[in-house]
Amino acid sequence: MKKKDINHSKQINSELFKINKNEYFVQQISDLKSAMEMGLTKSEFELICNKIHKTPNKTELGIFSAMFSEHCSYKSSKKWLKTMPTEGSHVIQGPGENAGVIDIGDNLAAVFKIESHNHPSFIEPYQGSATGVGGILRDVFTMGARPIALLNALRFGSPDHPLTKHLVSGVIKGIGGYGNCIGIPTVGGETNFHKSYDGNILVNAMAVGLAKKDRIFYSAATGAGNPVIYVGAKTGRDGIHGATMASAEFTEDSSEKRPTVQVGDPFTGKLLLEACLELMNTDTVLSIQDMGAAGLTSSSVEMASKGGLGMHLDLDLVPIREIEMTSYEIMLSESQERMLMILKPGSEEQARSIFKKWDLDFANIGEVTNTGRLILKKNGHVACDIPITPLVEDAPEYNRPYEIVKDLNIIDSQDINTDQTINDILFKMFKTPNIASKKWIWEQYDSSVMADTVICNGNSDAAVVRVHGTDTKDSLGKGISMTTDCTPRYVKADPIMGGMQAVCEAARNIASSGSKPLAITNNLNFGNPEKKDVMGQIVGAIKGISLAASFLKTPIVSGNVSLYNETNGVSILPTPVIGMVGMIDNIENTIGINAKNGYSLILLGQDHNVDDGWLGCSVYQEIICGDFNGAPPPIDLKNEKKIIDLLLTLTNFNLITSAHDISDGGLLPAICDMLFFNSLGIDISLPKTLTEEGAITNKLHGWCFGENQARVIVATKEPKKVLSIVMENSVDCFILGKTNNSGNLNLNNMTTISINDIKKVNETTLPSLMGYKE
Amino acid sequence: MRTAVTIFPGSNCDRDMIIALKQITGKSPIKLWHKDTEIPNLDLIVIPGGFSFGDYLRCGALAARAPIIKNIKNHISRGGAVLGVCNGFQILVEAKLLPGSLIKNKKLLFTCKDTTLEVQDTIPSPFSWGFKPGELLEIPVAHNEGNFFASKSIIHELENEGRIAFKYKESKNEKNNYNPNGSINNIAGILSANGRVLGMMPHPERVINTFHGGTDGLRFLKTSIEQLVG
Repeated sequence: MKKKDINHSKQINSELFKINKNEYFVQQISDLKSAMEMGLTKSEFELICNKIHKTPNKTELGIFSAMFSEHCSYKSSKKWLKTMPTEGSHVIQGPGENAGVIDIGDNLAAVFKIESHNHPSFIEPYQGSATGVGGILRDVFTMGARPIALLNALRFGSPDHPLTKHLVSGVIKGIGGYGNCIGIPTVGGETNFHKSYDGNILVNAMAVGLAKKDRIFYSAATGAGNPVIYVGAKTGRDGIHGATMASAEFTEDSSEKRPTVQVGDPFTGKLLLEACLELMNTDTVLSIQDMGAAGLTSSSVEMASKGGLGMHLDLDLVPIREIEMTSYEIMLSESQERMLMILKPGSEEQARSIFKKWDLDFANIGEVTNTGRLILKKNGHVACDIPITPLVEDAPEYNRPYEIVKDLNIIDSQDINTDQTINDILFKMFKTPNIASKKWIWEQYDSSVMADTVICNGNSDAAVVRVHGTDTKDSLGKGISMTTDCTPRYVKADPIMGGMQAVCEAARNIASSGSKPLAITNNLNFGNPEKKDVMGQIVGAIKGISLAASFLKTPIVSGNVSLYNETNGVSILPTPVIGMVGMIDNIENTIGINAKNGYSLILLGQDHNVDDGWLGCSVYQEIICGDFNGAPPPIDLKNEKKIIDLLLTLTNFNLITSAHDISDGGLLPAICDMLFFNSLGIDISLPKTLTEEGAITNKLHGWCFGENQARVIVATKEPKKVLSIVMENSVDCFILGKTNNSGNLNLNNMTTISINDIKKVNETTLPSLMGYKE
Repeated sequence: MRTAVTIFPGSNCDRDMIIALKQITGKSPIKLWHKDTEIPNLDLIVIPGGFSFGDYLRCGALAARAPIIKNIKNHISRGGAVLGVCNGFQILVEAKLLPGSLIKNKKLLFTCKDTTLEVQDTIPSPFSWGFKPGELLEIPVAHNEGNFFASKSIIHELENEGRIAFKYKESKNEKNNYNPNGSINNIAGILSANGRVLGMMPHPERVINTFHGGTDGLRFLKTSIEQLVG
């Protein structure tokens, strides 16, 4: 450091000490040790000193460490994220903004994103998941969209792990606590259990909103001299450095990090939502950014950086709820329900009156500058003066070494020996919370508020929500369909295939609701990227997702990466969650999974020729052998596309009344799902090769429980018409049989399965696991 | 027919109720802001669901003390009709415009599900006289505090006076857990002594279109409004 600088800082510090002792300690020059405590590496610290031509003080270092954290900078994944397909004629805004935006016609746009809140939810399940929901909602309404639906993808540890019950209960209550109160319906998602999440659960929340196509708001700051406005809740000491916490592995003492978890206030969230949307209806907002991870730091830096400008803020004007907060604490706080906006000069009073009506803070805390610097004042002194560019553009981007490890071993059905009957296995499947009904969970979410929900949670492969105001004389209106999907055990076995499968299953689910798949938001949850095999999972999954997304023309328009999901060195199963959005032209044609009596069930994507059912990496294998291994079921993108197109054609001709994608557990559990609601039965004539003399049980089990992809079951009153269209589209099919009132699923005369008995197990598994007896 | 919907900070079913009322009357209801100190003459005020003031205190306790409540009381004393749905019911109870209290659901969980309501034999009321006693309505609930609770004497009084408008009833798909919150005597909605104020937990505004899976909510609201118009 130059001598002149030392004198300069000494002068500031001595004056500061008199005014505010706390602030004085913040202003002290930092060193490598404090940088490393904030999660920076030696080379990153040196880079910072070089770029800003001085040793940063604690506030400046805090800002750098937050911006350089994995959470904000995507430093390990950026190189690969850039390779994903993000464009399409319907894409209005791809990744890089608060949320992705697609054109859905009628001058309307769907705005959506998924985001993780994994680490905070493990430490404090209620607040962690609640703020996850609040955060993703703000991402959506920051863009000018009214949120219309919420989904969530959850992964918990083994059902019998001592923490699981506590975590499930807290997370579900937190998600409901926020979504129910703010009045946005929670319509879908997935919940799975596996021991690899014992010490590191996953809580991914997705929000979908609607905006006018010509009224989308962006975050790039404009116009030097324009006022920077802080609105929403006051700033407290909660969540300080949360982004850094979320970028580190867990150890046994992670519960000590509870103070870094934010506290959610859905009531204030609701006021902020209404006030922001009301303000956005006026002509005053130039740009807007929500204060999410790294709070005021990332919002001010990102706005200034995107606009190629600087920002000057007076931190004494920031509304605070605790006394003597330092510049460091104010900049790094992750207090919830706050926004930063650039307003048209002269419109402050108009804007202020709206926020006053909603009893929210509104403070003019600074202005946009053309200096390209972030200058912060506290107690009348400069607390931070750093160039903006290095915070974003010089953020590290690592090309971490990787190795894509694949299990290529194909498991033959004859490799799995069991004397258990089909009935035994089916009951065991529905006794695991992974296959059993999640009704106990979704009944805790308000799914019908806003009165636009067409079908949701468990009654359809994808939720469908009406696009408000699109109903006409001839149509009940358009619908947006949505789903989240991922099969982590496939990704573990083969990251590329697993990535492809997540996209294909999501698309199949959207199509099974009668909708056309449109675009993707993804949440890439992985372990420590500094490990070669984990980095290989990241690279492989991104490759797989990209391949499938390109092929199916469902570009990735937003997303989030959550790394370091490890506890004591044990990584989670790789979990790249796909959130997909689709569209149905008339919600009257929406399709659910529940079959009606007297309808034919037809299996699409497979004919009477029985190849070996794919049991490697299957739920069947896990139940019989206690674990899964081997190659996952292969994905054939052409077949996937054919099935999706076929489903859309059948829907357009109004020929199918229900449809269900075959996924975890295979064919038989999928048929059961369709029969449960109306307690129906069906007589299935098995393919001859399974019943001939000398046929082996393994083969039959493979047929019942194999997880071969690109298969969907449809229910129809007009099987002949369906079959002719299926032939025209050259898709394989097999007629399973006609539903009846018997309540029994019969496989020839060999096996009788009582649907009501399984239904009971299906509905009681999760409540009894959670200690709730019916 | 002059209708109005109250809006408190945290109300979240106001839009849905406004749409439902407009669909029935052809006119948008007036929006009443919680701070309003004067209101026009009205036939029906609806207090919609939501989490007024966040419900961080007892549900509805803060809203029951908002300026608009005085106007609602005057409206009632003039013989005006009031419908409180979910949080609206809680507010009416907290404002002592209806007896009893709404405590946490028996299972201590928020519950969103379809319920079947049986219309009871009541005192003259615009909210029930359009239906035959025993008629069934399928309307969903979504609440955390909907467990109606009152002293034995109040329950006795409500039952004897015919002031219980709806009770939860078993259905084909819900034979055991048809009461979603554990309310005494399966009570889902109650009337004031003059029959002009109804508090109910289920949300009629959520089942007004075929795509909702039923239109009993529309039927209930429409019938009530027809009775009011007389």
